Amino acid sequence: MSQPDPLLEFLLRMGDNTLVLGHRVSEWCGKGPVLEEDIALANTALDLIGQTQMWLGLAGDIEGKGRSADDLAMLRDAWEFRCTLLVEQPNGDFGQTMMRQYLFDQWHLLQLRALKDSSHDQIAAIAAKAEKEVTYHHERSADLVIRLGDGTEESRPKMQAALDLLYPYVGEFFEGDATDKTLAEAGIAPDPASLRGAFDAALSTTMDEATLTLPDSRFTHKGGKTGTRHSEHLGHLLTQMQWLQRAYPGATW
Amino acid sequence: MAPARLSGRDLVKPSTDQIWDWLDDVPDPEIPVISVVDLGIIRDVQWAGEALEVTLTPTYSGCPATSVIEISVDAALRDKGIESVTLKRQIAPPWTTDWLSDKGRAKLETYGIAPPNPAGGPDRCPRCQSTDLERISQFGSTPCKAQWRCKDCLEPFDYFKCI
Repeated sequence: MSQPDPLLEFLLRMGDNTLVLGHRVSEWCGKGPVLEEDIALANTALDLIGQTQMWLGLAGDIEGKGRSADDLAMLRDAWEFRCTLLVEQPNGDFGQTMMRQYLFDQWHLLQLRALKDSSHDQIAAIAAKAEKEVTYHHERSADLVIRLGDGTEESRPKMQAALDLLYPYVGEFFEGDATDKTLAEAGIAPDPASLRGAFDAALSTTMDEATLTLPDSRFTHKGGKTGTRHSEHLGHLLTQMQWLQRAYPGATW
Repeated sequence: MAPARLSGRDLVKPSTDQIWDWLDDVPDPEIPVISVVDLGIIRDVQWAGEALEVTLTPTYSGCPATSVIEISVDAALRDKGIESVTLKRQIAPPWTTDWLSDKGRAKLETYGIAPPNPAGGPDRCPRCQSTDLERISQFGSTPCKAQWRCKDCLEPFDYFKCI
């Protein structure tokens, strides 16, 4: 088997993270705890899907086989996806969804800020565009994690349980491989490990304010970003997300 | 009588100033009180030979209005007799609310939408001008808006997010 093109691999990782999380968050549409949060969740999902169009659109161009962003989103199977395990995780309750969002937003924001200086012009342009939206997502998710964590007798244990459940998925964002090494050397993307210090510092500040305790263990689940082993949740998500194109190939509206 | 139509051959090409004026009559599909020019998403208008090139910068990545705006711009220019229109999407530099025109900001406020403000929230209630305000939600009915409420007149209102 030939080695995957590192640039293509990287773009799939970016686009699959935003696609799968965007889909997950969209599952809340019409079911939010209050109308304003329902709207906020749907808007966040919309931004993420919009960013997906840019990342996967560029991936299709780089691949050069005529595949569009839609083709890549709707016609690949689970093992071809390169999203991290965190974004595949089910929504759980509202608190768990917001904890997952905060953990992702915190990494995403640091990653996009670094990508704004990418030596690849199109990547830098997409990052500059997405960063504005993600700054806003991060402001909201951090605020809600703090309010619910430092909240009531009911909300606080739920947020602590969400953190205990999801923290073991965070480390995957900072694990580097040959693809990351090639891109870092070319100045295209940061070395994933280089973002960990800033991430940990921000996380610790937020969790202190939320009166939540970070787990001691740095153990991390991994395998999503490299595509070697996704969680079972991804397959279930794809059956719903891809159903229409699979049942009615080429359907448009 | 059929309206006079321009074609590449018979008349002088309309000036780019004229084109900007025409585009200033194309409403934003979500907030029709302002034009696509007021919104600041038309970045450039240029003739390339017989074809007119219009460069647009989308507001939010996933904003569904972007495609509708492209269709409206194309239709408006064809309606004026321009036969060859090329639309270019440009994402860098990214769209910012600094590009909203002063005319657009004033129209938004009259319409009941508080214009964007670098302080991160509206200056005053667009209805009663009170400054005693609270945020209801960081997001609103479109990607570009948030929901606020006036604590004096008690009316909720949209605020155009500042990005």
